[in-house]
Amino acid sequence: MIANAQVRKRGRAMGSVRRYLRQGFAMLKGMAVTFRYLFRPPITVMYPEQKRTAVQPRFKGRHWLTLYEDGMERCVGCELCVIVCPSQAIYVKAAENTPEHQVSKGERYAEDFQINELRCIFCGLCEEACPTGAIVLGREYELAGYTRESMIYTKPMLTEPYPGASGRDPKREV
Amino acid sequence: MNSLATAAIKSGVLLFLLLTACAYMTLLERRLLGKFQLRYGPNRVGPFGLLQPLADGIKLIFKEDFVPARADLVVYWLAPAISMITALFVYAVIPFGPELYLANVDVGILIVLAASSVGVYGVILGGWSSNNKYSLLGSLRSSAQLISYELALSLAVISVVLTAGSLSLVEIVNAQAGVWFVALQPVAFAIFLIAAVAETNRAPFDLPEAEQELIAGYQTEYGGFKFAMFYIGEYVAIVTMSALVTTLFWGGWQGPWLPGVVWFALKMFAVIFFFVWIRATLPRVRHDQLMAFGWKVLVPLGLLNVMITAVIVVLLQ
Repeated sequence: MIANAQVRKRGRAMGSVRRYLRQGFAMLKGMAVTFRYLFRPPITVMYPEQKRTAVQPRFKGRHWLTLYEDGMERCVGCELCVIVCPSQAIYVKAAENTPEHQVSKGERYAEDFQINELRCIFCGLCEEACPTGAIVLGREYELAGYTRESMIYTKPMLTEPYPGASGRDPKREV
Repeated sequence: MNSLATAAIKSGVLLFLLLTACAYMTLLERRLLGKFQLRYGPNRVGPFGLLQPLADGIKLIFKEDFVPARADLVVYWLAPAISMITALFVYAVIPFGPELYLANVDVGILIVLAASSVGVYGVILGGWSSNNKYSLLGSLRSSAQLISYELALSLAVISVVLTAGSLSLVEIVNAQAGVWFVALQPVAFAIFLIAAVAETNRAPFDLPEAEQELIAGYQTEYGGFKFAMFYIGEYVAIVTMSALVTTLFWGGWQGPWLPGVVWFALKMFAVIFFFVWIRATLPRVRHDQLMAFGWKVLVPLGLLNVMITAVIVVLLQ
């Protein structure tokens, strides 16, 4: 009995020594791995000087009010984006189109269109809700400004300067 | 009077060099950790981020001088000072070159160990006086760890002292003219290195400051320059341990071709690199593992090593 216990005890001691050796070896292996990483070039993109090539096509960035190929505004002033916006960041003031003053292809157009980029959470629901595909989220992401006022984008800022300037096909059907 | 003035100037220069070295050690550590993790680390303030420590220092000086409610004021102010002064005090006896040391004390290594033991008071008092549970828990862990590993550290030092036949650090370096003690005392070297990592509260033995469990440990309630003093104390301790490893095991300033100070700096840099390397690699140990390893492995191993060394030293006489 006693001899048996002693043998078992010695076996356990041998086991613990072996375990310590194995753990020590594992540590050395880990040290070797980190040492190899020391000589790899960093994967950091040095942001302001260096930028990633392009964001994904599905990226949700700055808003644009898009135009048709002929320069007509797509927005018909239906205010669906205002209703769907979860953070209530959009303000639309609609006005009637007249034969002398035809701005959009529907009955109405947006006389004023403002988006508060500070409130916006870039969820893209406005783009989903828009029946004419007028409002889209673009790929620009550097939107910082120095004042709160400068972050409220007005209609002239939001409307794309020429058809297709936002990167969307002006001929597309929604 | 004259010798007093020389000593004062020497201390001033040494203090300036040390504090600069510690400030730049923080930068070195951050840059190295960055490289280990495939990042750059701080590289914006000045070329290669060389002005980063300066910016950090200025920031810390201008921070609000915060004192927690119902803190023990005197002790609260005293703790960081103890931590920093004891850490800096050690350098009085460390030889940087053949004739380059502040004092050649006969019991040099004892002074080093004693000063680092007093440094524990800074940690305990800082944790106690802040009147905060995280500080107290951190300081308890810290003191338990420091006391446990101080034993292993001292045992490793004793074997070196036995081999060298002197307690003076200058004599210990001189005794390594032929063979460095790392070759004669490999076990003591391993024990000393592990205990040194534990003594400086660094990964993988950074339980006293485990951010995930204890916010920041004993220095939770410290901000501004008082925090900086704790920080300086800690980084000076790392440099101290590197200097001690160099002095006790790697032949101090001894080396061919280059002047002694350069060799000393190079060896110290190697040890500091090793400290950072370990931090970049190993995860934190559990508290029971820490205690078990200290008391059941390092201390018996150290005792055995001292015994064998003593027998060999006696036989060789």
